[in-house]
Amino acid sequence: MVATEISPARRSRPPLSLPPGAWRLALPLVVLAVLFAVLIAIHPRGLAVASMTPWANQAVTLAFVAVGQFFVVVTRGLDLSIGAVLALSNALASELVSGTPVEIAVGVVAVLAVGCLCGAINGAAVVFGRIQPIVATLATGAIYTGLALIVRPTPGGDVDEALSDMLTYETFGFFPTSLILLFAVVYLVWWPLSRTVLGRSLYAIGSNESAAFMSGLNPKRARLLAHVLAGFFAACGGLFLAFQTLSGDASVGFSYTLNSIAAVVIGGASLAGGVGTVIGVIAGAYLLRTISTIMIFTGLPPMAQPLFEGLVLLAAVSVGAIEMITSRNKLKVLR
Amino acid sequence: MPSPDDRAALAGRDRGLLSDVEFVALSGISKSYGGTTALESVDLRIRRASIHAILGENGAGKSTLIKVLTGVVRPDAGTVTIEGAAFAVRSPATAAAAGIACVFQELSLVPDLSVADNIFLARGTGPLGFIDRRRQQKAAEALLRELGSEVRPTDIVRSLTLSEAQLVEIAKAMAKRPRLLILDEATSALGEQQVGRLFEILRRLRSEGVSILYITHRMHEVDTLCDTCSVFRNGRHVETFPQGERSPDAVVELMLGRSVSQIYPAKPAPAAGQPLLDVRDLSWDGRIDKVSFVVRPGEIYGIGGLDGHGQQETLLALFGVLRNVTGEVRFDGRSVHIGSPGRAKGRALGIALVPEDRKSEGLHLPLTIAHNLTLSVLNRLTRFGVINGGRQRRLVDDLMRRLQIKSSSPKAPVSSLSGGNQQKVVLAKWLACDPRLILLCDPTRGIDVGTKAEIYALLRRLADEGAAIVLHTTDYDELIGLCDRVGIFYGGTILRELTGDALNERNILRASFALATDGPTDSGGH
Ligand SMILES: Nc1ncnc2c1ncn2[C@@H]1O[C@H](COP(=O)(O)OP(=O)(O)OP(=O)(O)O)[C@@H](O)[C@H]1O
Ligand SMILES: [Mg+2]
Repeated sequence: MVATEISPARRSRPPLSLPPGAWRLALPLVVLAVLFAVLIAIHPRGLAVASMTPWANQAVTLAFVAVGQFFVVVTRGLDLSIGAVLALSNALASELVSGTPVEIAVGVVAVLAVGCLCGAINGAAVVFGRIQPIVATLATGAIYTGLALIVRPTPGGDVDEALSDMLTYETFGFFPTSLILLFAVVYLVWWPLSRTVLGRSLYAIGSNESAAFMSGLNPKRARLLAHVLAGFFAACGGLFLAFQTLSGDASVGFSYTLNSIAAVVIGGASLAGGVGTVIGVIAGAYLLRTISTIMIFTGLPPMAQPLFEGLVLLAAVSVGAIEMITSRNKLKVLR
Repeated sequence: MPSPDDRAALAGRDRGLLSDVEFVALSGISKSYGGTTALESVDLRIRRASIHAILGENGAGKSTLIKVLTGVVRPDAGTVTIEGAAFAVRSPATAAAAGIACVFQELSLVPDLSVADNIFLARGTGPLGFIDRRRQQKAAEALLRELGSEVRPTDIVRSLTLSEAQLVEIAKAMAKRPRLLILDEATSALGEQQVGRLFEILRRLRSEGVSILYITHRMHEVDTLCDTCSVFRNGRHVETFPQGERSPDAVVELMLGRSVSQIYPAKPAPAAGQPLLDVRDLSWDGRIDKVSFVVRPGEIYGIGGLDGHGQQETLLALFGVLRNVTGEVRFDGRSVHIGSPGRAKGRALGIALVPEDRKSEGLHLPLTIAHNLTLSVLNRLTRFGVINGGRQRRLVDDLMRRLQIKSSSPKAPVSSLSGGNQQKVVLAKWLACDPRLILLCDPTRGIDVGTKAEIYALLRRLADEGAAIVLHTTDYDELIGLCDRVGIFYGGTILRELTGDALNERNILRASFALATDGPTDSGGH
């Protein structure tokens, strides 16, 4: 047949509308900005160095852990051991990160290496043991907690104070160093990775694993990488927590596991995999922590805090349904 | 990719020389899934600079053969050689490295990533294998434009229609610049214009020395495009011959092991009487614009035109899937509001929709065939909420026989069926509800000639029994052969209605491009 050169009517799309799914990133950022404004308004010191640095420091640990959790979630997994890895790293840091500068450096590297190793063990159990991520990490999490208790049966230990001061105060006298640290680590690790095929395959296997495989990607390698990244970022969190508290505590883990999942969801990632951004997840962690701070200043009883956090989480999950409500074609959302 | 020497040699000389060179050879390939034998000691030679058709009925093993060649499944036995050397196809990645690229029947796109990310999914476009977004974007754009696709590289694949996704999948395979390009029913959702463009590209690739394996159930595509045909039946390679050496009927007989005397059933005299469906000025979201037509009981009404001019949306609107539809729909003389698929399906209306994309809209892949078939009629198989097992079995057996669903057992999961057999399950599922109005979106997509003929006969029988049928298809042959009247869509509305002698290929094409048609026509609607 002859194909006449008349192109069919171009599908019209408003040029300035948000690309589909952009609200997933925009929403946590906007809500965080609003909450931040509220916090400044009710904070006795207002917008000042003395209020900003504690605010920034307080959420860094959770932000690290949440970023780690995100890499597993985006591959359609879940890491229930992430809090235990944080606790183990925290306990190890209280043993290793002190003494001469060389000893400190070796200690930091060792803690990060143990975190990566924990992640690699999780990944191996999932990929080669063919165990569901939730089940595998539930089991390994118990093991890591046990190890942390052996390292540090009771809270305590010793962490280098000079380094701690450096990381938990301000740079140039006003900017929280912890924020710089957080973004520097994330940028150094994820920015190059997100520009490689391996980094992209994290999203791809979470979105549709068999399609990713048929396209020539290696799902095993990607899944292993996701768990190693989770271990690494959990160890970063454990280290920072040690700098903050100048000690180690083997029992801090559990709340971090749950809060990291909450932060990932609030940050716009989907537990069904394939969707989400690191920036959104960091915003999600800060959002959660900002709520608790606000509640302390408004004088709400601390007992009510889990209730409010739960409500925020529920709201975040419901937002996922917005797509379904606003879609004009009910079938589209099923794809 | 052919080396520069090859290209130079090809530029001046006839490709006849190169097309004698064998590129890939399969020998003794066998593969079975549990009890089902999908391939049985298959030998096949694929020459360079050739477009080689693989023909066979649904479940003959064509897709399995492709999956072996691309490393998606490992054969139980047999070897693959590329250019004379044994080659272990361990994974899709090794196949890609050897220059084999494939457009998969069930598509291999990742829904949450952009079109450009999908096209270059496993390859970085920048230095050191890094992803260079700008270059990737440009290259994707160029490929899509060459294929005549309107999608943008930044679009998320999840938001694409099936035909758009199919073109992206083709672009993705072409981006690898393969030496062997495999297309497994790659045109099943494409319109004629898009297919025409693709054929030009495939012929050009052939002249550059690329081998092409082309799988289709559309026999006219084989006639216009291919130079070699291989026929498969029940997992065996039956015969290979140069295209044109056998008559179409003989080819069909080789495929099915029997002959099909008549593909399309005879058309009855034009239906008279009250319309069952009377659509007036249906509009939605700027994509359907004042569509009006009537369908009487006993009629098969065809919907044609170029892809994306409002055909699918019209069917979805009639099934209550779209929100904020304006205009009037009269059903059996009464004005009705079809608010949801539930209401459309309900007893008062009795409308069935066979959707376009079986994977997401028509089937529950992990469930068994029996479950899928009875899901929409469960209420008729139950008494006091308990399913009557005997009745369910009889219904399932009856449906599987009527549509010739090829499977080891009704308890097999639908995901284990070949593509065409999955499509039959979708059809059977809706026919089980005894609908009064049947809306069909490309119902024979991926179905073999023999079963096509049976589905046509079945649709005609349903119409004769009093059902009204609206059929949207991208295959103009089907519009001409099966339908009583055909509405050609253009720009969201029915521009021409064709019946009788005016219903021919030339007029369908002309109307699709909004050109004047010859013969008696009725310009849309009443
Ligand atoms: N994953 C699987 N599990 C079990 N059986 C399978 C699986 N994949 C394919 N089969 C069976 O293998 C046979 C060949 O299937 P295949 O998909 O190769 O057919 P096909 O020739 O491509 O058919 P179609 O034209 O319908 O696409 C069929 O009987 C099918 O049921
Ligand atoms: Mg197939």
